[in-house]
Amino acid sequence: MTFQTEASRLPVELRTEALESILVERNLVDTKVMDTYIKMYEQDIGPMNGAKVVAKAWVDSQYKARLLEDGTGSIAELGFKGPQGEHIVVVENKPGTHNVIVCTLCSCYPWPVLGLPPTWYKDPAYRSRMVREPRKLLSEMGLELDEDVDIQVWDSSSEVRYLVLPERPAGTEDMSEEELAGLVTRDAMVGVANVSAPGQA
Amino acid sequence: MDTIADIGGMQGFGSVELTEPFDPPFHEEWERRAFAMALLSMRVSGTNLDRFRHALARQHPLDYLEDGYYGRWLNCAINLLTDSAIIAPGAVEARARKLQGEDVEEPPAPEPQKPDYKPTAAGSIRLIDDPPKFKVGDRVRARLVHPPTHTRLARYVRGRSGVVRALHPAQVLPDTNAHFEGENAQHVYNVVFDSKELWGPEAEDFTVNFDLYESYLEETS
Repeated sequence: MTFQTEASRLPVELRTEALESILVERNLVDTKVMDTYIKMYEQDIGPMNGAKVVAKAWVDSQYKARLLEDGTGSIAELGFKGPQGEHIVVVENKPGTHNVIVCTLCSCYPWPVLGLPPTWYKDPAYRSRMVREPRKLLSEMGLELDEDVDIQVWDSSSEVRYLVLPERPAGTEDMSEEELAGLVTRDAMVGVANVSAPGQA
Repeated sequence: MDTIADIGGMQGFGSVELTEPFDPPFHEEWERRAFAMALLSMRVSGTNLDRFRHALARQHPLDYLEDGYYGRWLNCAINLLTDSAIIAPGAVEARARKLQGEDVEEPPAPEPQKPDYKPTAAGSIRLIDDPPKFKVGDRVRARLVHPPTHTRLARYVRGRSGVVRALHPAQVLPDTNAHFEGENAQHVYNVVFDSKELWGPEAEDFTVNFDLYESYLEETS
């Protein structure tokens, strides 16, 4: 098992360009396919998918029950599936229980519903600290939880991916499903924030 | 392997800055290219997702931390492609220097040596006949082992006891699949660990829910 350090003496941008030029020259990758992957995760797949799932669960109690029972199937009902979503488990925040997701071993993340992870999720600081001092870390990230709140950390160590179902904020009773989806943030679906009603952020 | 990738509980990385309002998946063009090439490298090298994660972890700790997330993915792609002799060791560095205008000789493309590997089905979930060894509510302990090969048994849970909270679908065992030594699909358990069991009596009150493959677990009273 050899470590490869010598290549890293050159800038990563340059090494990326070098690898692409080798692979393209030898017809081992198709730049059109590369562009398709990039576009898919920049434009089509992102937290707006998860927000639709959450909003539907907030307005449709039967859907919510199905979602908590069979995350993968209920999410697929809305058309969201694919890589890193083979088996999705949805964990529900309730008064007194707060869930938060991490992957300490790499940066596993439920791509079909949240897209590619944000910078902070991939940060060694987040990955190392969330399983050791979540209350302190969440507080530093702007989420103060009462002392009696039960914090449940989910470390994505198998192929199971987790999604947090945040609590529906008070004062949103008259909002439509679509309007509610507009309130749901990526951070709330990872569990590092709560969802706020309009004007209360 | 006990690698730099296994950082649950490590200290010294500082604080986490939220990137609001919306952090795009890529910040620079090279990150887009590295992402797509790394995904395609799995296919080009004839390997699998478990090998991908192993290749991601199998980097010098300095590279792992300094190159950032997509730099890690690039290094991972180079590891996968070099292991399967799709590219020669040093080929990327030589090409990079050439692109910089240096007069360097590039190593010739080697004879590919892809692993003798074929998945039995798509994805990682499998149906298995063996009944699960543990049930919800059982007290279990994660084995205290330090395998020299790939594993998803993180250091911070090894030797620690918890309670089975749920059974997940059976999945391909990363430890053998990453080395093309068979899928060995196993039951996977969600196990709840108390923070004090993991970090001692001074720890904050919380629980960690960690997914463990059946062979990572042993009975405990």
